[in-house]
Amino acid sequence: MTDVQQSAPAVAITVNGTGFDANPGELVIEACERAGVYIPRFCYHPRMNPVGMCRMCLVNIDTGRGPALQPACMIKVSPNMAVNTEAPNVKKAQDGVLEFLLINHPLDCPVCDKGGECPLQDQTMAYGPGESRFIEEKRHFEKPIPISDLVYLDRERCILCDRCTRFAKEVAGDPLIHFMNRGNETQVNTFPDDPFASYFSGNTVQICPVGALTAKPYRFKARPWDLDEIGSTATVDSVGSRITVQSSRNVVLRYLGVDSDAVNWGWLSDKERFSFEALNSEGRLSEPLMRGDDLGKLQRDGAQLVRATWAQALRAAAEAISSAGPDKVGVIGGARLTNEAAYAWAKLVKGVIGTDNVDCQLGDGLPAELLFSLPRATIDEACAKGGVVVLLGPDPKEELGALYLRLRHAIVEDKVTLIELTPRSTGLSPFAAHRLAARPGQVDALARALVAAHDPTGDVAGVSSDAIGRARRSLQSATAVTVILGRPSLAESPDAVVDAAVELRHGVAGVRFLSALRRGNVHGALDMGLAPGLLPGRVPLSAGGGDLREEWPNVPAQRGLDARGILQAAAEGRITTLVLLGADPLSDFPDTDLAQRALERVEHLIAVDLFVNASGAHADIVLAAAGPTEVAGSFTNLEGRISPLAQKVTPPGTARADWIIATDLAGHLGKNLHLESIDQIWSEIIRLSPTHAGLDVTAAADGVLVRGGPFAYTPDATDATAAADDSLLLVATRMMYDQGVGLQNSPSSAHLASPTAVRLSPADFDKLGVADGATVRVATARGSVHAPAASDGGVPKGTAAMVFNQANASAAALIDASSRVTAVKVERA
Amino acid sequence: MTINEVPKIITSRFDVVDGHTLAGYQRTGGYLGLRDALAKSPAQVHDDVKNASLLGRGGAGFPAGTKWGLAPANVWPRYMVINGDESEPGTYKDRLLLERDPHQLIEGILIACYAAACGQAFLYIRGEMAHAHERVASALNEAYAAGYVGKNILGTNFSVDIVMHWGAGAYIVGEETALIESLEGNRGMPRLKPPYFPAAIGLYQKPTIVNNVETLSNLPWILHNGVDKWNALGAEQSKGTRVFAVSGHVKNPGVYEVEFGVTTFRDIIFDPRFGGGIRDDRSLKAFIPGGGSAMWFYEEHLDLPLEKGTVDRAGSMLGSGAIVVMDDTTDIPKAALRIVRFFSRESCGKCTPCREGTTWLERILDRIVDGHGRPSDLDLLLDVCDNISPGLAWPPRQTTICPLGPSAVSPIVSTINRFRSEYEAKITMRSSIPVVGVSS
Repeated sequence: MTDVQQSAPAVAITVNGTGFDANPGELVIEACERAGVYIPRFCYHPRMNPVGMCRMCLVNIDTGRGPALQPACMIKVSPNMAVNTEAPNVKKAQDGVLEFLLINHPLDCPVCDKGGECPLQDQTMAYGPGESRFIEEKRHFEKPIPISDLVYLDRERCILCDRCTRFAKEVAGDPLIHFMNRGNETQVNTFPDDPFASYFSGNTVQICPVGALTAKPYRFKARPWDLDEIGSTATVDSVGSRITVQSSRNVVLRYLGVDSDAVNWGWLSDKERFSFEALNSEGRLSEPLMRGDDLGKLQRDGAQLVRATWAQALRAAAEAISSAGPDKVGVIGGARLTNEAAYAWAKLVKGVIGTDNVDCQLGDGLPAELLFSLPRATIDEACAKGGVVVLLGPDPKEELGALYLRLRHAIVEDKVTLIELTPRSTGLSPFAAHRLAARPGQVDALARALVAAHDPTGDVAGVSSDAIGRARRSLQSATAVTVILGRPSLAESPDAVVDAAVELRHGVAGVRFLSALRRGNVHGALDMGLAPGLLPGRVPLSAGGGDLREEWPNVPAQRGLDARGILQAAAEGRITTLVLLGADPLSDFPDTDLAQRALERVEHLIAVDLFVNASGAHADIVLAAAGPTEVAGSFTNLEGRISPLAQKVTPPGTARADWIIATDLAGHLGKNLHLESIDQIWSEIIRLSPTHAGLDVTAAADGVLVRGGPFAYTPDATDATAAADDSLLLVATRMMYDQGVGLQNSPSSAHLASPTAVRLSPADFDKLGVADGATVRVATARGSVHAPAASDGGVPKGTAAMVFNQANASAAALIDASSRVTAVKVERA
Repeated sequence: MTINEVPKIITSRFDVVDGHTLAGYQRTGGYLGLRDALAKSPAQVHDDVKNASLLGRGGAGFPAGTKWGLAPANVWPRYMVINGDESEPGTYKDRLLLERDPHQLIEGILIACYAAACGQAFLYIRGEMAHAHERVASALNEAYAAGYVGKNILGTNFSVDIVMHWGAGAYIVGEETALIESLEGNRGMPRLKPPYFPAAIGLYQKPTIVNNVETLSNLPWILHNGVDKWNALGAEQSKGTRVFAVSGHVKNPGVYEVEFGVTTFRDIIFDPRFGGGIRDDRSLKAFIPGGGSAMWFYEEHLDLPLEKGTVDRAGSMLGSGAIVVMDDTTDIPKAALRIVRFFSRESCGKCTPCREGTTWLERILDRIVDGHGRPSDLDLLLDVCDNISPGLAWPPRQTTICPLGPSAVSPIVSTINRFRSEYEAKITMRSSIPVVGVSS
């Protein structure tokens, strides 16, 4: 287990007669493994509490009273303990347990997905009896049965090791699969109408020691010995979970979680695990498209996008950019890119095109300078035993799945105290010691009250002074505080969160921040300068550019616009060529109206993407990009941890890596980026970026942390007028499964995106006087949507909660990006 | 046969028609032990019980006074759990104690809680015992109303709540950690020891004392009549009286209270006041001395006294006090199958050797009894037994967490050599037909 104090004196034991220094508190099974003696096991898993029920790990343990068969997964080492794994009685016991496990096992290995990588198969070969003495009919169950939309269960193969059920209950906190019946009739199953609908269900497939659990996207796709694999990093969110990418015949077939001690502990969210499906989907772009007549000529008013050659598309894009001139070009997006591609695009946009109007965030993030000004925490630091975590960001369960599992473990197992400042309940709320639901737009006042010297005299931001007082004392007595920082709601501007972060930064001694900006490699893109006012290496434009001035053709003279500014300028005709670098403002920007007006007004819209998304459908030039697993490079996660991304397969058709598109486009603009390979880009990065100086990504298995900062930062003064108190304030949050283009191109997961309801506090719901599920109209000055109403105790009085980017209603259509909060009217439809 | 005439300590009200009511109980000396106990300090009561050498009556025979002392000091709250999940094959003594004298148990619980400083007791009654459940429920209501249970009992500052819990029908819940799991609302599966010794980490992770119904039912008498009177009865460590449930091929099956430690198996099986001999005056073939889990005894064991140490040394146990008698008409493989089938059906399914092994044993025996045995099956039976209980020794070693698995081994190991010819006769009974199906 991980809670071993390395500094404590070693415990001297013997393993099969050889002396070994074990760690205090270490389990015998772990100590023996480190001593080079593998003890067979099925139920034991290093990331879960041992249960000692498969009995495969029985070995002779002698603590002075003579050797006795004991489960090695349950016994901790003690001084002078003698462990014998080779005695005849141990062999007999292991042989016996394997025979027992096999008597009812169907031995359908030839048609089992697990065959070839099956612990039961392997251990039977290594430790088991050669043949069966069981002549009776085996146990039969219907096989397989779906226990969720993604996972099938074959109860005949199951050996009842309790791994999946323990994972569901202890790790994921979704106790939806259980042991049922008893004795020889015991089976794992779900209750009727209560499927294993967990965001983390795929992990059970990975840890199943037999082929009982299989995942829909991988069933019957390959045999393990035909798979080729390489270590990489998951890119669907910013956690950067370590994965193994497995492919066969140039098709990625499976991601497996890798047990990275610092990051994901082997776990993946289902969104991470099954995201490869989108890369193989038919919706992938395999060649460039241009609006026009198929004769290689761009027609801005053409009815449809048609195939083009790269030369035609790049030439047209270069013309669109150069004809507009630097000030009239804007670039939105970049979080999809690798670090190297982000650098190449930064060099293209700022160094060649010469504009600073570039933002890798879509109005749903935080100012890069704020992030760079804060002392950063790693996941391990946030989860360290006995600390305090303040959640001032999105729901980790919905947006950063693997981080949620780490935080949940820290709170439930390691006594970490959680203080929630989110405007509605989150997946972590059941474990929160203090839940302070700040009224939208007022979390800065709440933060100020939390760091004040005295309890407030009355309510602050809709939170009682008692509750604030309790949380304040918890915060003050804490030895280590980590703020999980992101956007708790997309229906309010970032201003209040920014101010709250600054309050906590100055008011809590030793506080650290763990970024919860969610989108892919957004942290890498920010570090590479894909944000207004910044150059690679977290260097402000105002600092002059240093070495870059010599290396880059150009450095912008002044700070450009962020995503909202770019869209505003585009809507007003001040930006005429807009590049969407893997971005979809129509779906993701929290102000659909503004995004719509911008896209309609621009003269040229260039999309660089894997798919034609909602915004890309308006483009006149679409450049087909290579996706993850199709291009190598590196990834920076929310801690600032850089880990490698591996290429496993080739991109579809003529799709190109983003960095190559950047160099090609530069060429068509008459400039040479002098970027020729990923290695060469990386060496330029570590030469020119002060925060990356000399970094070697391959130096550590868990990746390396970007070091640098914190930097000074003063937020712009903001308008803090609160909305009238009688209106409902909108809270818009994301769910794991939404209308995102990647998910919607994943055949097995797309349908998991559920419609949004308008969730009201029970009091507000009663006041509205409609039936549960009745359709209501939600309206603001920006627009109105219809959605079913629901009563929800996790939503505070005076707010209305909706999920962003679902099929039935778009909260983004209600939001005005220029206002601090979104006041809505909810009425009977 | 010389059997000492001894007072009936806990079965004294079995013949009192209204002994289960508060009125009947009080009329026959009820709640006097509690008054005597409350007149002493809890430590004095605890000492009395320690000095009385009251061995636990649930099966393991652990001294009750010592058990109460195992709870760590100054960890509160501390719970009392009463194990009334009596389900060992052949055992029905607790059921009668619950049905016929529920107040005696309640009084015993109160004394134990007083001595062991527990403010809350959970009385777990086996799911199938509906009548016991009703009797205990109405007795508890009476006791609450009369001020024996609840706040400030008999005007003192001693308060106890007794919560009755009705089990859902699982033998394994008689194992104390599985019972605790069941009380908490979980699947009845044994916990791992260590760390879950109930005395330290029990119900709701708090120190918990688990006692059997019969054990606690002795307390009112001990407190009222004194330790010396108690210790004057019995032999060696086995003091006082003990209740045995005699069943099977005897003339008078029933529950009998006899002096512990000196009465012999021959006495309890053959004495006219007890078992009254084998039915139809046939001869004894075998008997089980302590419930279905125990190794079987034979003719040569009849003169062993009902005393824990002696029986242990002879290779079995007094266990739950269930004596099952089999006469010479008994089909031994069938009898063994019956008991193995019980344990296989009652296995909780947690440990592989028990879950798979007991069922396999049942199916092999089933084949043999059905005439489809193979000559190799007897060695196979013993080897499967050995994989559940290595060495086939007594007391049993086990590859499982709890002793349920090895319990299924006992009837086979007890009989397979002694009655090998009976097994072999069945094996050659029919021609060897290839077997794939299950006949049960």
